[in-house]
Amino acid sequence: MRMETVAEVETKLRELAGVLLAEGKVDVVIGYERGTLPLRTTPCFIREAEAAGKLVWDATCEHNLARYLRSQRGRVAIVAKGCDARAITVLLSERQLARDQLFIIGVACQGVVDRRKVQAYLADRELQQATLAGAQVVFGGEGWQESLPLKELLWDGCLTCRQHTPLLYDALIGEPLAGDSEGALEEYADVAALEAMTADERWAHFSSELSRCLRCYACRQACPLCYCPECFVDQTQPAWCGKTDETTDLITFHIVRALHSAGRCADCGACSRACPVGIDLRSLNRKLIKDIKQWYGYEAGLDPDALAPLATFRPDDPQEFIE
Amino acid sequence: MALAGPEPESIASQPEPVSGPSQGGWEPTIVAFLCNWCSYAGADLAGISRIQYPANVRIIRVPCSGRINPLFIIKALQTGADGVLVSGCHPGDCHYISGNYYARRRFALLKSLLEFVGLEPGRVHFAWVSAAEGEKFASLISGVVQEVKALGPAERLVKVS
Repeated sequence: MRMETVAEVETKLRELAGVLLAEGKVDVVIGYERGTLPLRTTPCFIREAEAAGKLVWDATCEHNLARYLRSQRGRVAIVAKGCDARAITVLLSERQLARDQLFIIGVACQGVVDRRKVQAYLADRELQQATLAGAQVVFGGEGWQESLPLKELLWDGCLTCRQHTPLLYDALIGEPLAGDSEGALEEYADVAALEAMTADERWAHFSSELSRCLRCYACRQACPLCYCPECFVDQTQPAWCGKTDETTDLITFHIVRALHSAGRCADCGACSRACPVGIDLRSLNRKLIKDIKQWYGYEAGLDPDALAPLATFRPDDPQEFIE
Repeated sequence: MALAGPEPESIASQPEPVSGPSQGGWEPTIVAFLCNWCSYAGADLAGISRIQYPANVRIIRVPCSGRINPLFIIKALQTGADGVLVSGCHPGDCHYISGNYYARRRFALLKSLLEFVGLEPGRVHFAWVSAAEGEKFASLISGVVQEVKALGPAERLVKVS
């Protein structure tokens, strides 16, 4: 294969970030730097060209950095995967960002590592170092070393991803990845499996799943589209959502958060990956994504000029549910 | 003067429907969000036409079905409604031209998501009722009450404390 290695992409990324900063084209580059734990990265904000060497790019760059765009002043460059770029498109169409202040460094992404799969694989062993060597991940600890195919550790959403290569970018690093339509057929198999259950079974599933919620709001904080100045769960007049850990309040929080991102969510999965207790938040978003695609023929973050599905209507929209 | 319909005392002496099982048989509480221009007037017509329909419904008048936040519906279910009805003008008849069209998309997604997490399909109802459809309003309420009665008292989404 003639494909560039991840290391080459990383080198190019550092070079480009350095040039952008040195030439004064941007004030800050938002990217990823090595985290303190093996297989983890952390968002970083680089303001000097000399620091561009800190940037990293590999399958551990799981955050959706679009989250940080609205809080930045001046001209910003951002490292964006396919799904991140879709979130940026939504933010742009919602007039939350100025396109001329933004430089999108697109990177073709083959998927990000799911740290829960890593934890499950490690069981109780302590991971001291890990390296991504092509399609293999090499794990090492006290007196042991093992390797595993990267594919087995990828986050589930990445396995059916159709947007490996960003649609929107000012510079694309790495070659576009082929096979963007792979997995499209079974794209909503997870939602369909839940839909096939009875209402009682689904209630049992979601109430047990969502009752584990700690109300830490990490999902909301990680979401690039959750930017309301005051979230409905924080409002006190009226207090829409009780500040309790009762199942009904937890379910209300999650279904209303999903509704608020209906027609906007591009299924980047930042919420699910941020959840400290591993709640399956994606199903709720994906159910709405599926319905919106089916009923209104719309997918978020693909076309910057398309009207959001809840900001428009067609006189002949489906209405079988209305008596 | 003889008027059709029940005597005033018989209305006054009707027990207040209370959610939850009681000795006299459980009666569901239905919260109905009706738009000011069509459905509320339709309910009014049902009333002035003396059409009988179950007294389980608690009507909340809103300016337009487009005014209804999904949180209204969830909050009603959380705090004592056994069923919720949302009703507005027929498509094309909205007093504000298009409020009900926007609402229709919002309600479609809300209903789909509520049922996806396992709420019984008969708890939340949507209908178009015009100001001339007093009969439809009465039969709609009867149908909703019957369906919610069959489901029994709301348990899912209800706040305990």
